[in-house]
Amino acid sequence: MLTKRIIPCLDIKNGRTVKGVNFINLRDAGDPVDLAKFYSENGADELVFLDISATEEKRRTLSELVLRVAETINIPFTVGGGINSVADVERLLRNGADKVAINSAAIRNPQLINDLVAKFGTQCIVVAIDAKQIDGQWMVHLVGGKVPTELNLFNWAVEVAERGAGEILFTSMDHDGTKNGFADAALAHLSTLVNIPIIASGGAGSIPHFVSTFTNGKADAALAASVFHFKEIEISTLKEELKKQGIPVRS
Amino acid sequence: MKNIAIIDYGAGNIKSIQFALQRLGYEAVLTQNANEIQNAACVIFPGVGEASSAMTKLRSSGLDTVIPKLLQPVLGICLGMQLMCTASEEGNTKGLGIFDVEVTKFPISVKVPQIGWNTIENLKGPLFTNISEKEYMYTVHSYYAQLCAATVAQTEYHLPYSAALQKDNFFGVQFHPEKSSSAGERLLHNFIKLALKP
Repeated sequence: MLTKRIIPCLDIKNGRTVKGVNFINLRDAGDPVDLAKFYSENGADELVFLDISATEEKRRTLSELVLRVAETINIPFTVGGGINSVADVERLLRNGADKVAINSAAIRNPQLINDLVAKFGTQCIVVAIDAKQIDGQWMVHLVGGKVPTELNLFNWAVEVAERGAGEILFTSMDHDGTKNGFADAALAHLSTLVNIPIIASGGAGSIPHFVSTFTNGKADAALAASVFHFKEIEISTLKEELKKQGIPVRS
Repeated sequence: MKNIAIIDYGAGNIKSIQFALQRLGYEAVLTQNANEIQNAACVIFPGVGEASSAMTKLRSSGLDTVIPKLLQPVLGICLGMQLMCTASEEGNTKGLGIFDVEVTKFPISVKVPQIGWNTIENLKGPLFTNISEKEYMYTVHSYYAQLCAATVAQTEYHLPYSAALQKDNFFGVQFHPEKSSSAGERLLHNFIKLALKP
């Protein structure tokens, strides 16, 4: 039986791991390669590296980091942040990334999704969507969640799936950093609209939040950062509890 | 000592396989040179991406006629395994015809692609030494090989399908052993031991 995935997310700035609370106020949570190895040996099903470096030059260190991660760990990982072109993706995949996540570049140029899928296959193209509710409507945001767009979350999700994306990583900015649980209602609605896996992100604070996002939210995978980085939740404990609740996980 | 050859025909993330072998203590060469492939101790045939364009690449390099005639152990991974079958529905392409089975798309009643860790069972043959029934392997694919006479492991996703195939010296796995933690490492080790006896 296909299992639900637990995905620690490592936010990377200038080659170091950081975690933003509501995307602001960064704190240092260790060396990316060490942390990746720790998670791969302690039950993580997959990892996501999200580069939030400010400049193109600092971002170049990312592909070197990807190479070191690929050498070290034996589980799949996705790389995102500042990816703008087919050439960017080619470099990251060549260095050993299994999947890439594109976000702002896909909004600015949706055709990029089709181009990437045609060249690399649907299985390695994740579209990350940051959204929050404005006047009761889920609106997509750009640039790490700072700039609102005219795009509605659900319409955009349908479009990226039609363009061939293999997976959607949906971060609710209303929930991110709050530790009050994932955006389960929006996630469940997404699952009725698209037929590709959905990764829930933003809001993980306790084990029941994961239970809820896999059941009520119908998520295929759940991503979290600080609860794992600061050892508030051990992945092994989390998985034992999920199993008890009848949710299939890899043990 | 003879090489382990990883066929490099421009299809996807092949460094992962090289790194996985490195962690097991084996050096492997990435190559699309027919001579080098024919003279290797064993051959890994990877691939992610789209089936018909991958077949086009194999044909243009002449590897489509080299691979089916190899005599040493050959391991196809993911799309590599699918291309070793008779035909694929993806891009309506013929395959290399090593395994007598067709590759078809999952029905839309399940999420496609299947992404994540799933169990393998009904394990048969040398690839699965020291691997238990229902161990988890990481898999990511939209198309699958049906169950057939060559099936040596199966997985269930809406329906049961071939997680692994074997015919003579040819092996194929739908999942990614290089990304499947220690279970995947044991499988790669089993494969290499077929060629490089300790």
